Amino acid sequence: MKRAVEALAIPIAALAASMLVFGVFMAALRQSPLEVYALIYRGAFASAFSWQNTLARAAPLILTALCVALPAQAGLMVIGGEGALVLGGLAAAIAGHYLPVMAPLGVKLAMAGAGMIVGGLWIVLAGALRQYRGVNETISSLLLTYIAIAVFNHVVEGPLRDPASLNKPSTPPIGDANMLGHLPGMDVHWGLGFGLVSCILMYVLVRHTTTGFALRIVGGNARAARLAGLPVARLVLLACFLGGAAAGLAGMVEVAAVHGSANASLIAGYGYAGILVAFIARQNPLAIVPVAVLLGGISASGGMLQRRLDLPDATVLVLQGVAFMLILASETLYGRLKLGRAKAA
Amino acid sequence: MGDSIHRINRREMLQRLGMAGAVGAIGGFGARRAAAADKLVVGVIYVGPRDDYGYNQAQAQAAAAIKKLPGVTVVEQEKVPETTDVQKTMASMIEQDGATLLFPTSFGYFDPHVLRMAEKYPKVRFAHCGGLWTEGKHPKNVGSYFGYIDECEYLDGVVAGHVSKSKKLGFIAAKPIPQVIRNINAFTLGARSVDPKITTQLIITGDWALPVKEAEAANSLIDQGVDVLTCHVDSPKVVVETAERRGIFVCGYHANQAALAPRGYLTGAEWNWITPYTTHVKDAMAGKPMVNFLRGGLKEEFVKTSAYGKPVPEATRKSVDGLKAQMVKGGYVIFKGPIKDNTGKTVIDGGVAHQQTDVTLEQMSYLVEGVIGKV
Repeated sequence: MKRAVEALAIPIAALAASMLVFGVFMAALRQSPLEVYALIYRGAFASAFSWQNTLARAAPLILTALCVALPAQAGLMVIGGEGALVLGGLAAAIAGHYLPVMAPLGVKLAMAGAGMIVGGLWIVLAGALRQYRGVNETISSLLLTYIAIAVFNHVVEGPLRDPASLNKPSTPPIGDANMLGHLPGMDVHWGLGFGLVSCILMYVLVRHTTTGFALRIVGGNARAARLAGLPVARLVLLACFLGGAAAGLAGMVEVAAVHGSANASLIAGYGYAGILVAFIARQNPLAIVPVAVLLGGISASGGMLQRRLDLPDATVLVLQGVAFMLILASETLYGRLKLGRAKAA
Repeated sequence: MGDSIHRINRREMLQRLGMAGAVGAIGGFGARRAAAADKLVVGVIYVGPRDDYGYNQAQAQAAAAIKKLPGVTVVEQEKVPETTDVQKTMASMIEQDGATLLFPTSFGYFDPHVLRMAEKYPKVRFAHCGGLWTEGKHPKNVGSYFGYIDECEYLDGVVAGHVSKSKKLGFIAAKPIPQVIRNINAFTLGARSVDPKITTQLIITGDWALPVKEAEAANSLIDQGVDVLTCHVDSPKVVVETAERRGIFVCGYHANQAALAPRGYLTGAEWNWITPYTTHVKDAMAGKPMVNFLRGGLKEEFVKTSAYGKPVPEATRKSVDGLKAQMVKGGYVIFKGPIKDNTGKTVIDGGVAHQQTDVTLEQMSYLVEGVIGKV
């Protein structure tokens, strides 16, 4: 009970505090804080339209955050989700265009499979380098991202370029029939659904299975895990594969639900934004969802602030920065709240 | 500007929408022809920062100009990526701000984002920069506007050809795509019209905004003896500043960068988006059908050249002004055969003259003789 109260009260208090700080900042810029708050609310959560705006922006972040949170269970700090995303997207685009003609459902499954396998293997590379060669996975996954983007650009602008894509080099289109549509009744694509399901599955895996338990032991103390006879290398690579597969799936969704082909628009920084989400969610697969929604909401209302108050885009980064600094700082409050202690007693 | 948008409350909005609908129904014009309105909300979307000394700034200057037109309210959003984000931004401008004319200015916004939104909001006009709107393939509430900036590039090349001592020019380009290639070629043709010994060393950075690579490219070109630089990247700021610091000459692009290089700035190829913006705004307010394919050069005032910098001698100014006058008059042909590419193959036969309006020029994939590089 105390835990639940804390888990809700602390982040909410941190958010409230960050809004206060942001209000002071806005007042310093001669904007009415109350008007700013009203606009943030209207932009992100006030109507069905703004909710969909928020959710559409949150969708890709949920999957890329998993690419950080899952390896983190095994004690790895992987920040290369962007690379897995672009290569996963590229693999999906290739599968979508070059596979022999079959029913759209088959093509979609093949695209998802291709994206997940390629994305997964990409992060496994970083995991294997760490496991077998002692290379720091944070650095290697980051550097692998640059390689991934270079490979991606080479393929898209070279061998697989659709000659019809003149000023925006792209792979050939996967075709309208093979596109993933929107979630029923919403203007949000299927990436949100995939993200939600993945988060729930991964939460169950991590918290309620023996594999997940073993994974967390590896994350807690790899030597102890080895002494206990756990297959450490296999678990590390599994966590990397699952994380990479999530990011690869995000790439597949970008191709199959948004762009219809692979092109440079895929390199939009979702992989990096996912790092932020995973850290704020304290690497908990389930907590990723609300955090991604929060980030999506800030981004949606940021547009509103720009348009209504003529503020620069950087304003949103200030809000985002303040909110996340305070949420991270508030972590020190867990177990120290007087209110929580009184209730528990 | 924050205030003006608030003055349009929901009731007013509904009234206006209702009126537009009623007039449309009476006139039987349907979606393509909205009623004439004395008020218009225009949304402008940028892919980068509005003050980038480049692509986005050129668009923002036009947005600032149409803001002054009576009855026009402009809402702007910068740094919007070419993902679903831009679809949601367009939808927000329409649904939350009441915008009925949008300028999604980045090339990458067009397919699929603009096309999808245009289908969803058939009464809203989408004026996109750079695309190749095609009859029968693209919706009627979408238009593409672009300028024949290769005219200015050609003039830049002539100026560079006169000023260069080493006869080596440098061009830093983002991507090997037709729009960029056309500029590289026009610049080189201009320079070689002065002296056929001149070469243009080309470096392609690979993306629109890579400041570090652009600086490295600029330095490496200067180390190789290049004494006039120009570029086609989103923000020429770094290239112009590097050229100035190293004491060589530079031609600007997109917007005016003279302030960044007071000693070495020769001239520059600038957009004058005020012209197409004004056309679209006036048409929207008058309820006229949208001009779907809007192009123009110096003559139509879609592009302009920066004022000459100090290093450009009087005689050069005179001869370039003469050329420019011919272009303003119209009919000047830059891509006139015979033209060879830099592998020696004839790409435009003798006697063939590609007018500026010729869309084959918008598919250019070769580098002309004198360009050192590969696409």
